[in-house]
Amino acid sequence: MAKEKQRISTGSRVFDFFNYLLLGLLGIITILPFIHVLGSSFATSAEIANTKFLIFPTEFSLSAYRYIFSTDTIFRALFVSIVVTLGGTLWSMLFSTLTAYGLSRRDLVGRRAINFMIVFTLLFNGGMIPTFLVVQQTGLLNSLWALVIPVTINAFNMIILRSFFMNIPAGLEESAKIDGANDFSILFRIVIPISLPAIATISLFYAVTYWNTYMHAILYLADADKWPVQVLLRQIVVLASGINYDGASYTDVPPPEVTVKMATIVVATVPVLLVYPFLQKYFAKGALLGSVKG
Amino acid sequence: METTTNAKVKTPLSEAREIKRMKRADTWKKIKRNKLIYLMILPGLIYFLIYKYLPMYGLIISFQDYKPYKGIRESEWVGLEHFERLFASAEFWMIFKNTLILFGLQVFVFFPIPIIISLMLNEVRHGFFKRGVQTLIYIPHFMSWVVIVSISYVLLTLDGGIINEILDSIGLGKINFLMNDEWFRPMYILQVIWREAGWGTIIFLAAITAVDPQLYEAARMDGANRFRQMWHITIPAIRNVIIVLLILKIGDVLELGFEHVYLLLNSSNRNVAEIFDTYVYVAGLQQGQFSYSTAVGFFKGGVGLLMVVFANWLAKRFNEEGIY
Repeated sequence: MAKEKQRISTGSRVFDFFNYLLLGLLGIITILPFIHVLGSSFATSAEIANTKFLIFPTEFSLSAYRYIFSTDTIFRALFVSIVVTLGGTLWSMLFSTLTAYGLSRRDLVGRRAINFMIVFTLLFNGGMIPTFLVVQQTGLLNSLWALVIPVTINAFNMIILRSFFMNIPAGLEESAKIDGANDFSILFRIVIPISLPAIATISLFYAVTYWNTYMHAILYLADADKWPVQVLLRQIVVLASGINYDGASYTDVPPPEVTVKMATIVVATVPVLLVYPFLQKYFAKGALLGSVKG
Repeated sequence: METTTNAKVKTPLSEAREIKRMKRADTWKKIKRNKLIYLMILPGLIYFLIYKYLPMYGLIISFQDYKPYKGIRESEWVGLEHFERLFASAEFWMIFKNTLILFGLQVFVFFPIPIIISLMLNEVRHGFFKRGVQTLIYIPHFMSWVVIVSISYVLLTLDGGIINEILDSIGLGKINFLMNDEWFRPMYILQVIWREAGWGTIIFLAAITAVDPQLYEAARMDGANRFRQMWHITIPAIRNVIIVLLILKIGDVLELGFEHVYLLLNSSNRNVAEIFDTYVYVAGLQQGQFSYSTAVGFFKGGVGLLMVVFANWLAKRFNEEGIY
């Protein structure tokens, strides 16, 4: 190492300088809009109007948050999002784990065919309208289950879990089998406990997807009181700006103040940022497993 | 002549039959032994059948005049009428062009960026700096499109949006980015880059870590500078990953993100922003033309599938691995 350092040439140093500079800038630019939104959400409207680029407000104000939490609307949306995220993650993990473990067993007859059947859904699907009709006919329209059941298993996530389970030494399972354990107790007592990093990664992937759900809500939920926080955010920020697709007016109230929009963005974002450190610990590994060929 | 040959092969034939029968019995035994495993897979299988395969069956309504109260069985058959209407409509070419241009931006503008960032990150020698940059650039991937588009809105809006304030103060005048058909495409691809470029590096960085460090040492001995090391060692090492991801990207030719485009779409940029997905949504669910919009979706999905097969075939022709 010491020897190498001596040999660093001027050209190499110039390279390093620009490389570090550009990467540092990239990191800052990526995160700057979030910081601007966060800072503005705590500013007073007057300061927003006078300051060009606001990062840290000089006068700290909670009025925007007080305003958005003064009505039931956001509480209801947050409640819906939390219920869907927690319930949906549990639901998806249960069925993804069962399916992934089953398909990780090499001695399973028909394994290849079932695998192919699942991978094929990544390449081709019925599309929006036929899926909508199935959701309708299975009685899920306008129920929160519509945000969960039609996306029970994400094929990618299932494949990641399956690859992880396949790497568990077969000896572990065999010895448990000799001791008389059945397949369910092997899964729940041996396989899951030693796969916790993978289980945590995939759970967080599911949780983020459920928290961010928007499309299924606008497709399947008609009642505004069932809308998750993403749909509400869209209503407050985008539609209240007077820009929308079909030109119809969605709100009778005047467009909310800038700080209110900022605060709503923060509320819709913070839960994801809170789990991000945990997410980061595992996800690189998880995302990599996903790249292993199905 | 014939009888003798028959007599000769008789024994091996019956033996083969015997083995086959034993194998079948063996298979049956294996299935029975794994009955709990089949029970585990069953709910997942039912899910895929109902919510993935039933909609594929539902595609037949694109050949019908589907009426919700009649259902698939009673609805009238109309052959290729909806497809003919689609190809004949003036909007088809607009949508086709818009979709193709956004796809082109994804492949030619977005795709190389994560590769370049990973090559740069690979040259960083301080672990804390590398991890710090990674932590920051992965964040947007976890934000919903609603959040990404909302932040863009508050930054770009005409009244008080920071970008327009800056443009105005340096004398360039304000630009109505959000309702402008010239700015839609740059805005679209910049948002894609912002959200996904950092996350996209993970897979390339992982491929790079598999490179034998001795190769770099040997190259340095031979006097190769950093760029040449990158060009002759790092890039060839990740070539296969690049090709596999490119195939997947091409397969996604028409998956440009319904949510993302729908959130950006408005009456002023519709001529450049309407793509197949948004068109299906509006024609199908807002206007109730179920059969017609299913035909549009079917066309899109079919082209997507053909593109994956084609891209995979292409990769194999060039002696690369392909994805299946």
